[in-house]
Amino acid sequence: MKGILINYEYCTGCHSCEVACKKHLDLPEGEFGIKLTETGPFEYSGAENNKERWEWTWLPVMTKACDMCEDRVAKGKMPMCVQHCQAWCMYYGEVEDLARKMDGSSRCALFTR
Amino acid sequence: MLFNYQEFLDGIDRKAYHEGEWQWEEDGYTVTRTYTYSAPGCHDSCGVLMYVKDGKLEKIEGDPLDPCANGRLCMRCLNLVEAVNYEKRPKYPLKRVGKRGENKWERISWEEALDTIADFIHNEIDAKGFGRESIFVNHGTGRNISSWVPFLGGACLGTPNIGAIGFSGYSCYLPRTCGTAAGIGDFPIVDASEGHEDRYNNPEWKNPDVVVVWGSEPLKSNADGYLGHWLNVCVQMGTEVISIDPQLTWWGARAAYWLNLRPGTDLAVALAWLNVITTEELQDKEFIEYWCAYYDELKDHVAQFTPEWASEITGLSPELIAESARFYANAERGAIHWGLAFDTQVDSIQLCQTVSNLMSVCGNIDKPGTNLLVRNGFEINPGYATAQLYCDPDTFAKKLTVDLVHPGCVQFIGMADCDAVNRAFETGEPYPMKMYWAQGTNGYVCSSTAAPRVYKMLENVEFCVVADPYMTPLAVALADIFLPLKTTAERDSMRVWWTPLRAMKAVSEWYEAKSDEELIIALGHKLNPELFQKRWPNLEALLNDYLVRGFNIYDPETGKSFKSAGRSKAGMVEVDDVYTDYWRRRGADGNCTFDYLVKEQCCYEYDDFCATYYKYEKGLLRADGQPGFSTPSGRIELVPFATFGAWGIPPLAEHVKSLSIKRHLEDEAFRSEYPYICINGSRSYEFFHSENRQQKTMREFHPWPIVRISPQAAADNGIEEGQWIWLENTEGRCKQKAHIDPMLDPHYVHAEHAWWFPEQEPAAPHLYGSFDCNINNLTTSYETGFGGIGNPLKAPVCKIYPVTPENEEPSPGKVVTQMGGFRNDYVAGEPYAWTHDNTTREGGRF
Repeated sequence: MKGILINYEYCTGCHSCEVACKKHLDLPEGEFGIKLTETGPFEYSGAENNKERWEWTWLPVMTKACDMCEDRVAKGKMPMCVQHCQAWCMYYGEVEDLARKMDGSSRCALFTR
Repeated sequence: MLFNYQEFLDGIDRKAYHEGEWQWEEDGYTVTRTYTYSAPGCHDSCGVLMYVKDGKLEKIEGDPLDPCANGRLCMRCLNLVEAVNYEKRPKYPLKRVGKRGENKWERISWEEALDTIADFIHNEIDAKGFGRESIFVNHGTGRNISSWVPFLGGACLGTPNIGAIGFSGYSCYLPRTCGTAAGIGDFPIVDASEGHEDRYNNPEWKNPDVVVVWGSEPLKSNADGYLGHWLNVCVQMGTEVISIDPQLTWWGARAAYWLNLRPGTDLAVALAWLNVITTEELQDKEFIEYWCAYYDELKDHVAQFTPEWASEITGLSPELIAESARFYANAERGAIHWGLAFDTQVDSIQLCQTVSNLMSVCGNIDKPGTNLLVRNGFEINPGYATAQLYCDPDTFAKKLTVDLVHPGCVQFIGMADCDAVNRAFETGEPYPMKMYWAQGTNGYVCSSTAAPRVYKMLENVEFCVVADPYMTPLAVALADIFLPLKTTAERDSMRVWWTPLRAMKAVSEWYEAKSDEELIIALGHKLNPELFQKRWPNLEALLNDYLVRGFNIYDPETGKSFKSAGRSKAGMVEVDDVYTDYWRRRGADGNCTFDYLVKEQCCYEYDDFCATYYKYEKGLLRADGQPGFSTPSGRIELVPFATFGAWGIPPLAEHVKSLSIKRHLEDEAFRSEYPYICINGSRSYEFFHSENRQQKTMREFHPWPIVRISPQAAADNGIEEGQWIWLENTEGRCKQKAHIDPMLDPHYVHAEHAWWFPEQEPAAPHLYGSFDCNINNLTTSYETGFGGIGNPLKAPVCKIYPVTPENEEPSPGKVVTQMGGFRNDYVAGEPYAWTHDNTTREGGRF
């Protein structure tokens, strides 16, 4: 089974995945094959240092419109969102390989269809 | 760490992406491997694959085999198809037939357009004895900053007066290039491996241990030829962050230290960091001994600037200042990424020089993973001095310089002085301005401080030409002739801004639009045929000259050659031979051509300079080939006595407040009238300055101008989320939609710039809404700092209140275009009605 791994610790919320996908699927205004969610910004009380102090995280979510770029992948190309991710936080592959890639060093989410 | 560059490279199916091919057929499309570079665009060029059918751009994607961006694209380039095929994009040259602002046009031929321009210049300027200096040529940023439009101004129109309009203090980038040139002699950027074609795999490269992201949001701005997400990769590889910014950003939320300083006080932080470093002996003693000068003088000077002193000015705790200084200084590899905020303060030139000193005293210069010294690829420098190279010397001597408006200041920047240009338009002194040429700029809509004032000084200019891919508010307001330009998809061109050298290959057509380069050829042959027939008979000759000589001048009769001094610097220098390093690499084989770069190099080639570390040890920086830096002493001059001395700038830095911030802090009545510092001009992912507003997809994500306010400010002013609010100060007002941001300091609001609405009424007074939301209704001209450098445009003060049916009229558009402006009492050389001063320095005047 194929999946998309998102190392969302480093997602910047740049919208490239959303637009790359929209253009590929030719989706009208308001529809998305992948859609960013934003958590925060908020402040944790009692944090010991600046890094622990802030929550401001983006995580793109695949929608029902996503076919993991079946046609592109068949030609050897990457899914549009993965190819264009400016933050280098998206990976495509077999879910077993992607699960092995997660190493506990940063927050990740693994999506399948 | 999940990031693995080799795994990424190994995972690319190179056959699927046609490695090594510049063009191929695929599923009925012709696919071209090339780069983008405006319009629309930014300061960067990312590798793309453009899919064209029947001459029309239909699809675009990033090229994973491009080492600059590795196939990753921002949302604007991903939406390029919408940009180039915009249904209302002008197709033909136009002549104004109604009054200015009525938006009534008639299609004309290119011949008629060029004849009209030539006739005006010959009949109304030359024949009447005004001189070509009465033409002002205005460019925007991106593709046009230093190569094409200054060249057009000098070589085609023959004027030395070229630059930004109403942009006091050259407040973008030039302060940084000059501030650092004074001490170091070259320009430093953070080494995220961008100088190497093998990038993150390069065996010499190391990621920085600490990167200071200072006055910049590189993820959104990608400014100055630097892709911000390169630094994201560094963070994934373990780079720690210090964020110095009044607002929380992606960086601040992930930083070891976030210094949320008061806007405009960056120099106080920098001086206090130097104080901590020199007091605690954290400096790189060996680097200073071998390669720097005047360390003791610097140390003595900064002894007074303790963290406690800076705390009073910046609002930061002394502990935070000291701990963050140690964190930077103790890093084996520390690097500083600086942004526009450095250029928009009245102590800008000394701020830029002082932060250069932070790099230098810590030895963070030209070492892997620190601040790398970079130059334009292959020494191709078609900079500002191309205007000087090809302009008549007597005319060039009449250039509008800073001393005309700020006595005692010395002109050392290639651009005409923005305040001197303002004064010439406002007063006709030292000579009247007859013609305004705007190319690739939206003028008062975007970068002009005191936008209503700039509109007023231009509205009656005798003749105005606007050249742009889109009908803009500036064109509707002012143009007599509109010239349609090509977008990046339609033009053959090249760029250097550091490395690599990149080519843009035309893939589609747009009716009668011309590229910047084609316009230069057409205009040059019309107005300066002798030079153009000899030197640039056609587009191919122009493009190849860019590679062979970089437009440098050579005179076969005297045997003398001259080149432009650099991308932003004034002046030209005599050189032994006139050729670029690209000619030296490719010329012998006959391959120093645009065609070779496109077809054999797949549109890019890295140079050696930016890929080399420790250049100062290797004799690569100085013209005489000796080790050392390109400074008078050959050392990094931590106190730039010689250069700042020549420029009339005190070599020892001191913090200066802007006029309105000083009054805001000291005058309680003024502060209670205008309680907020209005940070503005920050970038968003959807837009590059005033571009992209006509694209439906960008507006789906970002439909309206947003001003962020704190929950406290919302409560105090009765403002709800999403409500339109007025921002107002002594100079004017504008409206934007409020977003309540719990992270924002209650003393600040944060507004957006460069808004207009291509879907709204073009005609005056509305002008696409370009005044209604214009944050530059609140900024000022003529306030500046030492050297005539820096204007506090990112931090005016203001009050805020809801837009209501009772107060929504008159709209700013009506005020400016029909009622004479918010103010009608401007005095040339003075920013405000409430003071004659243009600086808070002793004497009050520059």
